[in-house]
Amino acid sequence: MQIKTMATYAANGETPEILFWVGCAGSFDQRAQKITKAFATILEKTGVQFAILGKEESCTGDPARRAGNEFIFQMMAQNNIQLLNMYGVKKIVTACPHCFNILKNEYPALGGNYEVIHHTTFLQSLIDEGKIRMKEGGAFKGKKITYHDSCYLGRGNNIYEAPRKVLETLDAELVEMKRCRSKGLCCGAGGAQMFKEEEKGTTRINIERGREAVDTGASVIASNCPFCMTMLTDGVKETGKEDEVKVLDIAELIALHLE
Amino acid sequence: MRILQELLFIIAFGTAVYLFSTKVRQIRRNILLGRDEDLNDHPDLRWKNVLLLAFGQKKMFRNPLVAVLHFFVYAGFIIINLEILEIILDGILGKHRLFVPVLGGLYPILISAFEVLAVLVVLGCAIFLVRRNILKLRRFMSRDLNGWPRSDANYILITEIVLMLLFLTMNAADQQMQLRGSEHYIATGNFLVSGSLASIFNSMPDGTLIAIERTCWWLHILGILAFLNYLPYSKHLHIILAFPNAYYARLEPMGEMENMPAVQREVQLMLQPELAANEPAPEGMPKFGAKDVFDLSWKNLLDAYSCTECGRCSAACPANITGKALSPRKIMMDTRDRAEAVGRNINENGAFKDDGKTLLRDHITEEELRACTTCNACVQECPVSISPLDIIVQLRRHLVMEESSAPAEWTGMFSNIENNMAPWKFSMDDRDKWAEEMNQ
Repeated sequence: MQIKTMATYAANGETPEILFWVGCAGSFDQRAQKITKAFATILEKTGVQFAILGKEESCTGDPARRAGNEFIFQMMAQNNIQLLNMYGVKKIVTACPHCFNILKNEYPALGGNYEVIHHTTFLQSLIDEGKIRMKEGGAFKGKKITYHDSCYLGRGNNIYEAPRKVLETLDAELVEMKRCRSKGLCCGAGGAQMFKEEEKGTTRINIERGREAVDTGASVIASNCPFCMTMLTDGVKETGKEDEVKVLDIAELIALHLE
Repeated sequence: MRILQELLFIIAFGTAVYLFSTKVRQIRRNILLGRDEDLNDHPDLRWKNVLLLAFGQKKMFRNPLVAVLHFFVYAGFIIINLEILEIILDGILGKHRLFVPVLGGLYPILISAFEVLAVLVVLGCAIFLVRRNILKLRRFMSRDLNGWPRSDANYILITEIVLMLLFLTMNAADQQMQLRGSEHYIATGNFLVSGSLASIFNSMPDGTLIAIERTCWWLHILGILAFLNYLPYSKHLHIILAFPNAYYARLEPMGEMENMPAVQREVQLMLQPELAANEPAPEGMPKFGAKDVFDLSWKNLLDAYSCTECGRCSAACPANITGKALSPRKIMMDTRDRAEAVGRNINENGAFKDDGKTLLRDHITEEELRACTTCNACVQECPVSISPLDIIVQLRRHLVMEESSAPAEWTGMFSNIENNMAPWKFSMDDRDKWAEEMNQ
């Protein structure tokens, strides 16, 4: 498999169909790297022509902006926009709802206008086009999957159905948590909480959410965000059910069962 | 005698309207203390929000049972205004049931509808009282509501019940007098609820009945005028402000955070200094983020005055659910409290005189602000289009950019982003390591 960068394409005088915006978590976090690899595998297998920015990619500035540090956000954003515009990027796909939200909604005010798609929506369109075909006799038959709505995809951008539609192709039983869709409970990582200890309380948010997910009796918790992934994995661990209940990204679930 | 009554009525009505409009002007002034923000784009979408959110109560129906009860109370309020209009005109002109000749056969149908609504309002308010005081729903028990806010809610519900009961009693006495063919109580036809209650007054002499009817009439309208002047001091103000607040609601996706053009330009000049030559020098030092109500936008302050203190935001807030100090409802109540304090200060001093206090710290603590995950659950839940998150973010911006106040972990995260282009301390060269592994 050959994953090419925008620079390589540009050197050959070409532009790829899409840019895969990997994001910091997807690039550096060991667990999230698996999501990145799974999604890259799907893109490769379905023949989507894509590139990454590679070493040229920077943080979008999301955690800095949410924490209140607009200066750092602006520095990151303006640099990224210069780079993206230089490469003439039109279409971006990302597996991180935070990158998705900020690229789609907040970069335009700074001169960065792109068609930005979250990987779950992209996967759904690949399924609709018949490019993704799942193995027969799915390994999930008879198993329960519960889906955790990330705040930045769900409430933030009103995307609730695409990820569920993708999960339906797995032939598993989709069970909902009590708090789902627009009433979904945050994993506890957003707003730069990922990068600091929680304030004092009676419990941690990810423990509350992990418990709620485990209580559905599902053997898989499907996530769409590398940060939710980390938080929920820890939350499930707290319940002592980490051997029975796996947290997997929707891209990983699809990659596992590609024909 | 009749002239005296008319005179008394006109004085009471005039005083009530005068006091109310004075207070409304003060609230308007307080809201406009906030910085300017242009929210007049897409009028079509904005009117749609007014229709759906304010008139249609769309978000209330996220909790259907309560929504139905609330709808009774709300419809009762809106529609009964027609009946109040008649009362006011009767009061000023010294007439009785002025609309009977105008509306004819429609009149008893309308009044009957109001009466049914009145019964539903009494029912709704009674259930709401039970929910607050006997069932003790968690969001009504939280410490945000200790003291005045809790009594305020009860006063409103009790007043509404009393006003409706006065209305029904008045009509019942009136119906009985009509049955007796009294000259002054013109025949209107049967009212649905009070018509069946009229027989209670069978044994009472005319004089007592007239006294009951007049007393209820006066108490009903004086109660309404008093309630009108209670509104601006109460969470009940939402019955008015929900409408403009829905019009000026944010239209962007919830995930989108407001840009800061001042910072954008500074960074732009830093990254492309060649632009600096053509840039006019900024006037004075720009302020980053918000420390007090003056730094918030007028929409944030309108939000604060529109808040019903229902606590749906806090009940959905992940930080609040897990016992942190943050309560989005408290953020809104604090903002309103501060705006009111500033308003009183202006009333006393002619212009705002520094009182050594600010919204940040004197009302809202850093601990509360730090606990927010920006998940938008509070914004999603608010039935009247309030964004507590918008205020939280502006206060966070002040803390970080004006005071360099951030938890040590965040400071580390900031410098990692600045130096390593990622919130973690990894080498930039390793960013595509996963790809190299796949390429092998």
